Amino acid sequence: MDAIVQQIGLKNNCTFCGVFRRQALDRGAMKLGATKIVTGHNADDIAETVIMNILRGDIARLRRCTAITTGADGYLPRCKPFKYAYEKEIVMYAYFKQLDYFSTECIYSPNAYRGYARTYIKDLEKIRPSAIIDIIHSGESLSVKKDVKMPTQTVCSICKFVSSNEVCKACVLLEGLNKGRPRLGIGKTHKERRKWEEDLAQEASKLSVESAVPGGGRGCSQACHQDDVHRPASNGCSNGADVAAADDDDDVIGGLDDDDDDVTRGGGRKSGCCGTGGGNCEKTQNDKKMMLPPAVVLAKTTMRNLLDF
Amino acid sequence: MLPITVEFSGGAELLCGNVKKHEVELPKLDGKWQIRNLLVWIKDNLIQERPELFLLGDTVRPGILVLINDADWELMGELDYDLQERDRIVFISTLHGG
Repeated sequence: MDAIVQQIGLKNNCTFCGVFRRQALDRGAMKLGATKIVTGHNADDIAETVIMNILRGDIARLRRCTAITTGADGYLPRCKPFKYAYEKEIVMYAYFKQLDYFSTECIYSPNAYRGYARTYIKDLEKIRPSAIIDIIHSGESLSVKKDVKMPTQTVCSICKFVSSNEVCKACVLLEGLNKGRPRLGIGKTHKERRKWEEDLAQEASKLSVESAVPGGGRGCSQACHQDDVHRPASNGCSNGADVAAADDDDDVIGGLDDDDDDVTRGGGRKSGCCGTGGGNCEKTQNDKKMMLPPAVVLAKTTMRNLLDF
Repeated sequence: MLPITVEFSGGAELLCGNVKKHEVELPKLDGKWQIRNLLVWIKDNLIQERPELFLLGDTVRPGILVLINDADWELMGELDYDLQERDRIVFISTLHGG
């Protein structure tokens, strides 16, 4: 985590910590042959999560976060048995039973978003103690309109574990960290990818000797315009044709199609374009080898050394 | 002089240099020692960093439990409780995780 925070800074690292921790939990549980994962989330945590997701408009998470069991039809369902237990009760219980109680402070994200939701809820609790349970109840009663787009559960194309997108969040984050683009996976993934491809394309145009031929690669842009396919940036065509990624955003916002990435954007068309835009032509592969950003990552980030924190 | 025990737990001890138990002697006061002025005294004498994580206004920050002789302070009158000799006041922070 130290290495990650060095790259990311003190904001947005909650995403990395949460995703990787849960992945580690999943993998560890599978290795042990466990059939369920049970966490200690209490009523205060759930209420905070509900408020956070409302404030961020995260419909997908909002639906899932109040469920006491999630992923029941998967290979490793998760359960939160303390969902209705107040944090105060748990702390008092631990105190009176003299249970081993340890708490440490998170040093990486002192201004985490959750902190604000927590302060708000604690103030509410002071005025009306039932506020916490009431918030959970409203979260459970929320129903989503039928025409809202919800993520479907599929399998990650890289690691083959369960995912709601073609590439699971952990793989996206790892890719970002390894390729020196740590902001990939935070905020709008497709925007970050597009920016990355723009940078790569700029490098390519500096390196390339051929002069640009306007209109020469028109076929390229048509072929790249594939709305429903997520293409990892490494497949992007180095001739500057945009690889469309419809709704690459992992935090799916129900109903909002992030259509602001304009697919038919031009860019310098080079001659000699193969026209497939698949990023597999020799030219693209050679360009890619030459223009990997200077190594900013200390070591290749893998699950193994992440677990060393 | 009023001898009492003040304890911190649940993470609150981090604000007092990681010392959980404090045996203190409160100085003589013109009026009575209540939780109200004990809190101010604690802030001035025991809290070493970030007092805003312990105190909010004239009461404890919401999320910090106060136990007076193992009973919830809400049962004892909260800020108006009069301190007795050898009372045991415990502050437990409940703000964790997420």
